[in-house]
Amino acid sequence: MIRFRVFRFDPACDKAPRFDTFEVPAEKGMPVLDGLAYIFENVDHSLAYRSSCRTALCGSCAMHINGRYRLACQTQIADVVRHGLVEVRPLAHLPVLRDLVVDMTGFMDQWRRIQPYLISTRPPSGGENPQTPEQRQLLDGLIDCILCGACYAACPTARDNPKYLGPHALMRALRFIDDSRDEATEERLAQVASEQGVFRCHTVFNCQTVCPKDLDPAGAIVRIKRHAVSRALRASGKDRPG
Amino acid sequence: MIKHDIVIVGGGLAGLRAALEARRAGVDVAVISKLFPLRSHSCMAQGGLNAALGNHPDSRSDSPEVHAFDTVKGSDYLADQDAVEIMTRDGVEIVYEMERWGCPWSRFDDGSIAQRPFGGQSFPRTCYGADKTGLYLLQTLYEQCVRSEVRFYDEFLVVSLVVRDGRCFGAVAYEVANGAIHAIEARVLLLATGGCGRLFSHTSNSLTSTGFGTALAYLAGVPLKDMEFFQFHPTTLVGHGTTITEGLRGQGAYLFNGAGERFMERYVSNAVMERAPRDIVARAVQTEINSGRGIGGERYVHLDVRHLGEEKLQTMFPGIIEVCQEFRKIDPIREMIPVAPGAHYTMGGIDVNADGETEVDGLYAAGECACVSVHGANRLGGNSLLDTLVFGRRTGRAIVEYLGRARGAPPAAGAADAVRSAEENLAKLVAGSGTEDPTALRRRMNLLMDESVTVYREDGALARTVEGIRDLQERYTRMRPIYGGRRFNYDLIWSLELRGTLLLAEVVAAGARIRKESRGSHYRTDYPERDDASWLKHTLAYFRPEGPEFRGKPVTITKWSPQERRY
Ligand SMILES: Cc1cc2nc3c(=O)[nH]c(=O)nc-3n(C[C@H](O)[C@H](O)[C@H](O)COP(=O)(O)OP(=O)(O)OC[C@H]3O[C@@H](n4cnc5c(N)ncnc54)[C@H](O)[C@@H]3O)c2cc1C
Ligand code: SF4
Ligand code: FES
Repeated sequence: MIRFRVFRFDPACDKAPRFDTFEVPAEKGMPVLDGLAYIFENVDHSLAYRSSCRTALCGSCAMHINGRYRLACQTQIADVVRHGLVEVRPLAHLPVLRDLVVDMTGFMDQWRRIQPYLISTRPPSGGENPQTPEQRQLLDGLIDCILCGACYAACPTARDNPKYLGPHALMRALRFIDDSRDEATEERLAQVASEQGVFRCHTVFNCQTVCPKDLDPAGAIVRIKRHAVSRALRASGKDRPG
Repeated sequence: MIKHDIVIVGGGLAGLRAALEARRAGVDVAVISKLFPLRSHSCMAQGGLNAALGNHPDSRSDSPEVHAFDTVKGSDYLADQDAVEIMTRDGVEIVYEMERWGCPWSRFDDGSIAQRPFGGQSFPRTCYGADKTGLYLLQTLYEQCVRSEVRFYDEFLVVSLVVRDGRCFGAVAYEVANGAIHAIEARVLLLATGGCGRLFSHTSNSLTSTGFGTALAYLAGVPLKDMEFFQFHPTTLVGHGTTITEGLRGQGAYLFNGAGERFMERYVSNAVMERAPRDIVARAVQTEINSGRGIGGERYVHLDVRHLGEEKLQTMFPGIIEVCQEFRKIDPIREMIPVAPGAHYTMGGIDVNADGETEVDGLYAAGECACVSVHGANRLGGNSLLDTLVFGRRTGRAIVEYLGRARGAPPAAGAADAVRSAEENLAKLVAGSGTEDPTALRRRMNLLMDESVTVYREDGALARTVEGIRDLQERYTRMRPIYGGRRFNYDLIWSLELRGTLLLAEVVAAGARIRKESRGSHYRTDYPERDDASWLKHTLAYFRPEGPEFRGKPVTITKWSPQERRY
């Protein structure tokens, strides 16, 4: 038996959050998500958490599990259990709606602010636009973000400043900046280099450490900073030889 | 009251593609989804989408017509051939369109969209973005929907449809965040609610693929078509359930049994081997397992991809490596992958024509919840993503066109009545005085389905399952009190959806029982031959309180008369 210590809070009726402890018969290879399902199905039907794909692809189940933000479906109990205990809390820096469910509205609003779609004057109909494998490769790692929120919850800048665009949105911006088919590069750079953009990042690398998809938002931010600096240099004419 | 001209239920690929099409025509569109759209089941699709682009060096003479024939043959001649021709013809443009909207397709050296071989296809024509094609398509469509200002209601569960005198006027939705019940008024409603793999416990499907949306249409009087045809993916990861993409077999992966034999040679020609269509490979794997030739006599075989080489695996199949390592601690570059058949795809669904129209005026369906039918008795890998986008787009156009001729105003008391009866339903669950537990009922249903409605089927076991499901439906009326909280009450949501899932389980099992032949994915050990004289027809199931009423519907045959299916 493993003990699960689970964060509980219903803002509608609870004055303050609390932790409940449950016994879970953990089988070999059992993910934390199945531990929560065990509790929900057998012990406490009121427990609230999100889940869907159970394959680390839909981004529903990011939470704080024994000291670190992880996907519950991707994390095996045996790999994280400490002294027979698994402690589960919701993502930080986002309002708790109930138990392990947080409000992702603000997080998605930041994503929306970077114009998260390909901007191109080519009409949708017509043939194929070529993109070389090298051009396409630039997008590797940037396009695999599942918007789970782990990086955001771990980011100290996001904690101190809710207006900061955040690692997820900034990495998303780079995905378009570096896409050979996108035509809004200048506009995008101006936007992400703005007041709440990349220069707020103190390169703490928490996002890179926690990302359950092994992505590197901090590296993406560094890449954007470089783009932005060379753009500024270009604008002031300083990059011309001689 | 929420009111829009067009309401689309479901934010997966089919729903989003339809929403985008309608929105681009300038009309008022809302998408209502029980999940935030990017959390939809569609994000899991791996291998790719078929279209006769002819980009692969070996597919220069490919054409939509050859693709159509492969699909019809794959369907064991149960697909409607006119609809298949539409799908394969529109498929080419659909791929280009997604490219223009930013989909990060993988590329060949000449910069064209990359394609790879899949099972049952004459040419390599499966377009892909690594092995995360579903994720990339879903992101791209969601981005474009946001750009086009489609209105979204996220985490709203549609719990009933408002249908009066053969006309749909909207729906009733339950808001997950606060338990509010909303009347949804729409001039046209499109269901894009996905499949029902969760009828089974061995499944690749997301936890949310309950088929509840399909059940709502069924309860509203719309017939379900060909529900007995369920696809079992031959290579799902043992101990987890997700698929190990067919793209690997397309690239040359081997299947081995416990005796170390490449057993596919016993079932299909040497030219085809592991690249046979899914129904055939699933039966072969199951036969090996049932004959005690699984690995160490256990209920799985091995998929060997090691000879494809680390580089190819890392670039083309990074997701599969991740899944094996994270969920089973297996390194497929160095070890064989344990696989077995698992429930994967709902070929049947809400009966619609190629414009997504149902028998109910103003009610449409598209995607995995619908049955056009383009997959017939067996879907080819890579044809489902194609189906969601082609028929999502076509249906999006059809509903815009329908708005111009939509008749009738919603009945005065319609919305209020529908809301009241939804409230009563929920209250009844919360006030339950019985002892039956929804999880126990679901488990029992899964067990019955797993035992009898799988790769091999036979009358006795099917009859017991139908009876067992009827019993579960009765027990459902005697459930324990369901949790009554208002916020994120998943006890209530799962219990509510279970009613729909139990109805579908009955349709699938009863349909499998009456179809006394073997065709595609539906194999009856007591009727092992295909019987075109009696059964070259679709089955329609109509809801009746005493159990589904079945009728036949002709198959549309245009160019290809049924032949024996050999590979
Ligand atoms: C592991 C895996 C790999 C696959 N790989 C491939 C592949 O390589 N190629 C291929 O062609 N196909 C593949 N498929 C199949 C394909 O992914 C699906 O058939 C397809 O994505 C279904 O899309 P959809 O839009 O119809 O439904 P879904 O993506 O299931 O979306 C359903 C939507 O409806 C909503 N919903 C459901 N019920 C309600 C309700 N009552 N109220 C409100 N909202 C509701 C959900 O929130 C969701 O947004 C794969 C499937 C799996 C599981
Ligand atoms: S970058 Fe990683 S941690 Fe952040 S939202 Fe995306 S997948 Fe989650
Ligand atoms: S359930 Fe989808 S990421 Fe965990």
